[in-house]
Amino acid sequence: MRSDAPAGRPNQLFRNLNSKIALIPMMLVALVVFLGGTVWTVVYSFTNSKLLPRLKFVGLEQYERLWDAPRWIISIQNLAIYGILSLIFSLVIGFVLAALMDQKIRFENTFRTIFLYPFALSFIVTGLVWQWVLNPEYGVQFIVRSLGFTSFQFDPLYNADIVIYGILIAGLWQGTGLVMCLMLAGLRGIDEDIWKAARVDGIPMWRTYIFIIIPMMRPVFITTLVLIASSIVKVYDLVVAQTSGGPGIASEVPAKYVYDYMFQAQNLGQGFAASTMMLITVAIIVIPWAYLEFGGKKRG
Amino acid sequence: MANVSSLNAAASFDSVSGQVAGPRGKKPRKALSRRNIILYGTLIVAALYYLLPLYVMVVTSLKGMPEIRLGNIFSPPVEITFEPWVKAWATACTGLNCDGLSRGFWNSVRILLPSVVVSIAVASVSGYALANWRFKGADVFFSILIVGAFIPYQVMIYPIVIVLRELGVYGTLTGLVIVHTIFGMPILTLLFRNYFTSLPEELFKAARIDGAGFWQIYFRIMLPMALPIFVVAMILQVTGIWNDFLFGVVFTRPDTYPMTVQLNNIVNSVQGVKEYNVNMAATLLTGAVPLIVYFVSGRLFVRGIAAGAVKG
Repeated sequence: MRSDAPAGRPNQLFRNLNSKIALIPMMLVALVVFLGGTVWTVVYSFTNSKLLPRLKFVGLEQYERLWDAPRWIISIQNLAIYGILSLIFSLVIGFVLAALMDQKIRFENTFRTIFLYPFALSFIVTGLVWQWVLNPEYGVQFIVRSLGFTSFQFDPLYNADIVIYGILIAGLWQGTGLVMCLMLAGLRGIDEDIWKAARVDGIPMWRTYIFIIIPMMRPVFITTLVLIASSIVKVYDLVVAQTSGGPGIASEVPAKYVYDYMFQAQNLGQGFAASTMMLITVAIIVIPWAYLEFGGKKRG
Repeated sequence: MANVSSLNAAASFDSVSGQVAGPRGKKPRKALSRRNIILYGTLIVAALYYLLPLYVMVVTSLKGMPEIRLGNIFSPPVEITFEPWVKAWATACTGLNCDGLSRGFWNSVRILLPSVVVSIAVASVSGYALANWRFKGADVFFSILIVGAFIPYQVMIYPIVIVLRELGVYGTLTGLVIVHTIFGMPILTLLFRNYFTSLPEELFKAARIDGAGFWQIYFRIMLPMALPIFVVAMILQVTGIWNDFLFGVVFTRPDTYPMTVQLNNIVNSVQGVKEYNVNMAATLLTGAVPLIVYFVSGRLFVRGIAAGAVKG
C-alpha cells in the first residue's frame, strides 16, 4: 500500500507514518472498492456468470443479449426521457425559483424551507406519496373530474404510455429544491455592481438575467447539471416505490434491471453488463466535466 | 441643513411606519404593486405545490377508510382517528410479518447509530491527515475516491457482497455499517479535508513546535475546532443513512430490514385490501426522522448539501 512513496531515502516510508496508517481505510476504499470493484465488475461482464461469478469469457455475448432484451430497451428509453426532461425542468424551475428568491423578499427562510424539505425525504417516501396523490380513483384525476371535467384523464401510474411522467413529477418534486439552493448560492455570489451597472444602462431585469447573469453562472450550471445527471442514472428507489417498474415493464429503469438480474433472477452476467453500461453513461457525463473543471486548472 | 434634517425626519418616519405596517424596503412603494403580486403569487403557488403531498399525507393518515372511499384526498378529515398510526406502527403486515413499522424503525436505529459514528470518525481522521499531514501519493487516492463518488453503486455492489461474505459479515449489522462507511467516505472526507485546509496553518505549526503528534493535534486542537462541521456531517449521514433503500435491501436479511424497506414492503404488499390511511401514516412515520433533522437543523442542512454538492 505504501510502496508508492519514493524509495529514494530509507526513512521516506516512515515519514508521516501516523498519517499513512490513518489513511489506510481511505486508501483501501479507493483502491479495493472503487477501483478494484469497478474493474472486477467490468471484467466479469464479459463472462457467462449465472448464479455464481465464473471466469469463463464469452466476449460481448452478455451485451448482445442485453441490447436484445426489450426490458433493457424500455429501461434505456425511460432513463432518456426521464433524464432529459428532469434536467431541463429542474434547471429551469430551480433557476426561476432562485431568481424569485433573490428579489430581497420577505419570509425567504420560510420559502426555502418549504422548497427544500422534500429533498430531506427518501425516494421511497416520495414515491409512495405520489403514488397516492396520482391514484386515479381518489387523487388528482378524481378531483379534476369532480370539478366537472368528466373526461379528464390523468392516471400516469396505470397507463404504460405516460407512466414515466408520473415518476418525473415525483422526482422533480423531490429534487428541484436542491437545484434552487445551488442556483441561489450562485446568484448570491454575483457582484452587486453588475446589477447596478445593468440598471444604470437601463437594461430590463429579464435581459440582465439572460444575457449577463446566466452566462456568468456557467460554472454553477455545469456543476448542477453533472450532479443531477449522475444522480438520474442511479434512479432506483423512486421507481421501486412508486410503480415497481409497472404497469408491466413500462417504467423499468437500468438500475432496477441491474438489481433484479443480480439478486433475483440470478443472472449475474446480465447484471454486470447492465451495470457496466450504467458506468459508461456516467463516464460520458462526468469525464468531460472533470476534464474542464480540474484538468484545465492544473495546467493554468 | 434644513434639507438634511428633513431627510432624517423622512428616514425615521419611514422606519417607524416600516415597523408598524411591515417593512417594504426603503421606498414608500405600494405594497400591492404588480411586481409584488407576481413575485409573491408565484412563490406561494410553488410553495403550495411543494406542501401539497405533505398535507395529503397528514389528512389521509387521520381519516378512516370509509371516509377515504367517499371523499377526495384533499378534504380535511371529518372524524379524526389515530388508529391508522397505531396500526402502521404496530400491526401492519408485509408479506413476511405483521409487526408493522416498529421493527423497521428499531432496525434503522440500530443501523444508524454505529454507521454514523464510524463513518464520521474514519472520514474526519482521513480529512485531517489529507489536509495537514500530506505525503506523496495521498492525493492520488483522494482523487480516486472523489471520482469514485460518481460511479453508480450498482457497479460496485456485487464485489462488496463477495468481500463481505468472505469476511463473514454479509447480512449482518457490521457488514452494513462497513458499507455505509465506504459510501459515505468520499463526501465526508471532502467535507473535512476542505474544512481543515481552511484553518490557519500557524495553528498546526505551533502545535507541532510544542511537540504534539498526529493524534494529539487531532484530538486536542482539530476536533474541538471542527464541531460545526461535525454537526454538518452528522446531518448528512443521519438523513442519508435513514433514507437509504438499496443497501438495506442488498446487505441485510429480512428480519433486519431498515425502515424504508419495511415501509415499501408494507405499502406495496399485494395481499389484502389496500389501507391507504395506514400506508400514509407509515410513510409519514418513516419520513419523520429526516424531516425533524431537517427542520431542527435549518441552515446547517443547507450548508451540508451545498458543501457536498458544489465542491463534489
